[in-house]
Amino acid sequence: MDSLLARISRGQLWPSPGGVHPAVNKSQSNSLPIHILPLPPRLVLPVKQHIGAQGHLLVNVHEQVLKGQALTKPHANWSVPVHAPTSGRIVDITPMPSAHPSALPELSIIIEPDGEDRWCELVPHPNYRELTAERLIDILHFAGISGMGGAGFPTYIKASTKQQIEVLIINGAECEPYISADDVLMQAHSDEIVRGIEVLRHLLQPKITLIAIEDDKPKAIAAMEQACASIEDMQVRAIPTKYPSGGEKQLIQILTSKEVPAGGIPADIGVLVQNIGTMYAVQQAVELGKPLIERVVTVTGDTLAEQRNVWALLGTEVKHLLAQQDFTPEPMQRVIMGGPMMGFTLPTVRIPVVKTTNCILAPSEAEMPFPGEERACIRCSACADACPASLLPQQLQWFAKTKEYKKLEEHKLFDCIECGACAYVCPSEIPLVQYYRVAKAEIREQQIEQIKSDRAKERFEARKERLEREQEERRNRHKRPSRSKEQDTQSKEKVAEALARVKSKQADKGADKDKVAAAIARAKAKKAGEQLEPDNSEVAQERAARKEQARLYKEQKQQADTAEPVAADDKKAAVAAAIARAKAKKAAQAAETEAPAQDDKKAAVAAAIARAKAKKAAQAEDADAPAQDDKKTAVAAAIARAKAKKAAQAAEADEAKVETNDDANSAAAPQSEEDKKKAAVAAAIARAKAKKAAQAADAAKTETAQGEATQDKPNEEATAFDAQSSAEDKKKAAVAAAIARAKAKKAAQAADAAKTETAQGEATQDKPNEGAKALDAQSSAEDKKKAAVAAAIARAKAKKAARDAQNKPDQEDPS
Amino acid sequence: MNLNMMSSPYKHSHKSLTSVMMLVTLAAVPGILAQCYFFGAGVLIQLALALVCVTLFEAGVLYLRGRKIWHTLQDGSAWLTGLLLAVSIPPLAPWWVIVIGTFFAIVFVKQLYGGLGGNLFNPAMAGYVLLLVSFPVQMTSWLPPAELMHHQVGLLDELSMIFSNYSQSGYSLEQLRSNVDGITMATPLDTLRTDVSHGLTVAESMTKPVFTETAGLGWQWVNAAYLLGGLFLLQQRVINWHIPVAMLAALSLCASIGYIFDSGNQPGLAFHLLSGATMLGAFFIATDPVSASTTNRGRLIYGAAIGVIVYLIRSFGGYPDAVAFAVLLMNMAVPLIDHYTQPRTYGYGAKS
Repeated sequence: MDSLLARISRGQLWPSPGGVHPAVNKSQSNSLPIHILPLPPRLVLPVKQHIGAQGHLLVNVHEQVLKGQALTKPHANWSVPVHAPTSGRIVDITPMPSAHPSALPELSIIIEPDGEDRWCELVPHPNYRELTAERLIDILHFAGISGMGGAGFPTYIKASTKQQIEVLIINGAECEPYISADDVLMQAHSDEIVRGIEVLRHLLQPKITLIAIEDDKPKAIAAMEQACASIEDMQVRAIPTKYPSGGEKQLIQILTSKEVPAGGIPADIGVLVQNIGTMYAVQQAVELGKPLIERVVTVTGDTLAEQRNVWALLGTEVKHLLAQQDFTPEPMQRVIMGGPMMGFTLPTVRIPVVKTTNCILAPSEAEMPFPGEERACIRCSACADACPASLLPQQLQWFAKTKEYKKLEEHKLFDCIECGACAYVCPSEIPLVQYYRVAKAEIREQQIEQIKSDRAKERFEARKERLEREQEERRNRHKRPSRSKEQDTQSKEKVAEALARVKSKQADKGADKDKVAAAIARAKAKKAGEQLEPDNSEVAQERAARKEQARLYKEQKQQADTAEPVAADDKKAAVAAAIARAKAKKAAQAAETEAPAQDDKKAAVAAAIARAKAKKAAQAEDADAPAQDDKKTAVAAAIARAKAKKAAQAAEADEAKVETNDDANSAAAPQSEEDKKKAAVAAAIARAKAKKAAQAADAAKTETAQGEATQDKPNEEATAFDAQSSAEDKKKAAVAAAIARAKAKKAAQAADAAKTETAQGEATQDKPNEGAKALDAQSSAEDKKKAAVAAAIARAKAKKAARDAQNKPDQEDPS
Repeated sequence: MNLNMMSSPYKHSHKSLTSVMMLVTLAAVPGILAQCYFFGAGVLIQLALALVCVTLFEAGVLYLRGRKIWHTLQDGSAWLTGLLLAVSIPPLAPWWVIVIGTFFAIVFVKQLYGGLGGNLFNPAMAGYVLLLVSFPVQMTSWLPPAELMHHQVGLLDELSMIFSNYSQSGYSLEQLRSNVDGITMATPLDTLRTDVSHGLTVAESMTKPVFTETAGLGWQWVNAAYLLGGLFLLQQRVINWHIPVAMLAALSLCASIGYIFDSGNQPGLAFHLLSGATMLGAFFIATDPVSASTTNRGRLIYGAAIGVIVYLIRSFGGYPDAVAFAVLLMNMAVPLIDHYTQPRTYGYGAKS
């Protein structure tokens, strides 16, 4: 690199491939002075004049503005403001045809000059070297400076590059025919330009600065050489006149032998290129505080009596420019913004001059004949010889015509800079660049379509999968009743397997794992006794379980009717069920936390189902309880129901957060070693809770009124409970207690409600809400909803298991 | 005001297809004149015949294809095809030879492949090969240089020969080609080939009158004239240097190696370069852009391969000359060559 830098500073130039030598046609316009136009009748300022986003409007219609006043302020990436080019009144802010090949309307501010040309207050920074880099870059930014040569890239972005710039290139090549705006600017304002370069050198600290000028501009070269003679590491480089040497990539290649990597930017190879006009604007902005409001425009072409360079205020309509040069339009007149190689024709002369407008060309037909009819390509490769990017335009042309997009990309269509050299030399007069533009647009379009269709396909497949799954589930449900006992044994095995899988997923391997396993095994065995669902998805199980529940309910009813005494170990079974419930809940949560959060909705549905199920079951229990005189069973069932109800509410609404905490605590407990103790406590609490609830239910039973007394009792219990809890877990215990209280209360109510079913509604619903709010404050923020849903499912299951245990304790309970 | 909308660029080099074809035609003039000088004006008759034929055939097919007739004819490519075929066949070949040749070249080889730009094979050479394999006698009956001829023929004689097979004095082509001793004279390439196959050394064969100069009387000047035209094309940038240079270099290399190892049976460098269709092939035939490789590296491969094949067929094959075969064979390889010789685009694998 160092030796390369040495060669660069010695003045070595490198060849760039291709290129053409069209007649330069600059002499008609490149003499001084730069003409100053009278104020136009109106100015049309597009809010967006460059690559990047548009700024926010700062002014309103009918507002009076001063020259240099900012009309927009930058807000997003790459947005630079626009300023009032003269003082006057804003007559409208409306979309107007833009200075773009498409001429699509862009939001524009229309100013009627008042003729006074009064400046706003300017803030010059002659001692800019004392400013911080950030401040200096802000000055460039708020002066609205964007590249004035090519695409209008915001200058402040380039100036704030984090990459080390070794070579700063100032592009005064102006390789396109007819254009001489930079040429005359260099002749007239070489000192200002060099001072502008100094600003950038101060910011970027390049090792060497090269001012590249094509050798057909001897006056500009002389002026610039004189202006920078005393400055070290700044050199004027006369480069051979060849189109498109002024292309950024080509210029870099000529001056440094380096190539900008495909898809990269010059800064990647330590080079930065700036336009001459931009440097002048930088000097004006920094040293004088003047924002970018005018630029030099070459107004040329044989249909104009006067061909020259003018200072045009931004927003000046082309019509005004042409009229000032005595424009006599021909039939089929073309007015080109930009040069004859890369410029674009305007649909109307009411297009404003913008920051990137370097030339308005109004050629006569004689000087720029219309192209002949396109002929066949003979693959003569004149285009390939002219291509500065070393592409094969002749091949690209074939592929573009036959829409072979893959081939086009293989042949590097997107590295085409659309310089037009190929079309210029083509003997068959094929509008090659136009074909490439269309092909590029089509490929981009296709890529967007591809992304869209990929997404649609994904969606479709996900939907198909879901529908199939649902259908399968439905089929399973419908099949079930028709199944025989023989099939049942098979499905039992399957369910056992499925549950084993679920079990194996459990995250907690802690001390209570065995207990959990035992509980699950118990639950499993019982469920398996009844459940026929082969599907291993939890949802499917739940759905099947609902049917199951209905059946159970009937059975229980029958039992109740016949008033069969229940077996002696009911109490034990109830306790076991409670334990099982607690554990199953934990297990389910563990499983849930393992699975990603995909099934929220499904879970909510499941919860709803569970709730319904639980209700039914509870009702069954309630009905049974007094008949059998088995209070404990009734209480346990009631508790389960209440919990399920709460869970369902949780799943449905935000208040869910409530439950969660309770569940999250119990779920979190087994997950880490240090929480074992807590888990033990929680288990104890659960047990105690169940017991107390039973007592509460007992107590409740003795009272005929369900209201005050029932509510008081649990409170007492809760207080007692609090006292019992170990010191370290007070908070948690308190929470648990609160829940237990709520539950117990509900349970009591539920027990009573066996007779007065209708009266229970409001109270049961309100109370948990209270508890919920109390808990909300304490609850940890994370995963509440999910946990709540999981909990609901778990509870439902546990309850089922418990019921099973109660129903067939002697047959299947392994403990 | 209604402004005219166009797509950039708006300037053009004013180089047109027609001007390209005209430059090639112009460059062929010295060669045609040399042929006239040494072998009579028969070539001009063939040329006129060929131009009429290609115009008719091209116009006919364009009419059938519903294309613009005059617009397409103006590109001059059909006339160039006619010209190249006309200068390739013996000047006194019967009239139907050029008619069949141009018909095949224009209708089958060019238009049925989609017209100009769509043809895989060089139309003139495909036509030539069709004629050569179909009518070997007529296609190899070259007259000796005028100064060696026993019976001198004038323009009317040639016209009569072409359309009736006999000169105005009633001589047949065979008789015209015979020398004083009644032995038929062939082209230098043909003569050498026959002699070598009869066991003569190259040096012995070279003593015959057709070889009075370096590479055969008349033929070397015809080749020199085409070389001149070729240099003009290079100077005008109508063709790139890659194909002719690669082809001539490969042929020279092969000929030199052959001469070094087998000087008894191999005629050497100058003979290969200046006899037969070497120069015509190198600058006018192989450089046909439509059917040649379109990348610069590909052109080097394409040209060199033609040079090697020409040498191989001339030295070891069944035909005295081989430019047409070599070009057609390599035409077939062009898509492959193009595929593998894409130039390195700016920004890809650039040196740092």
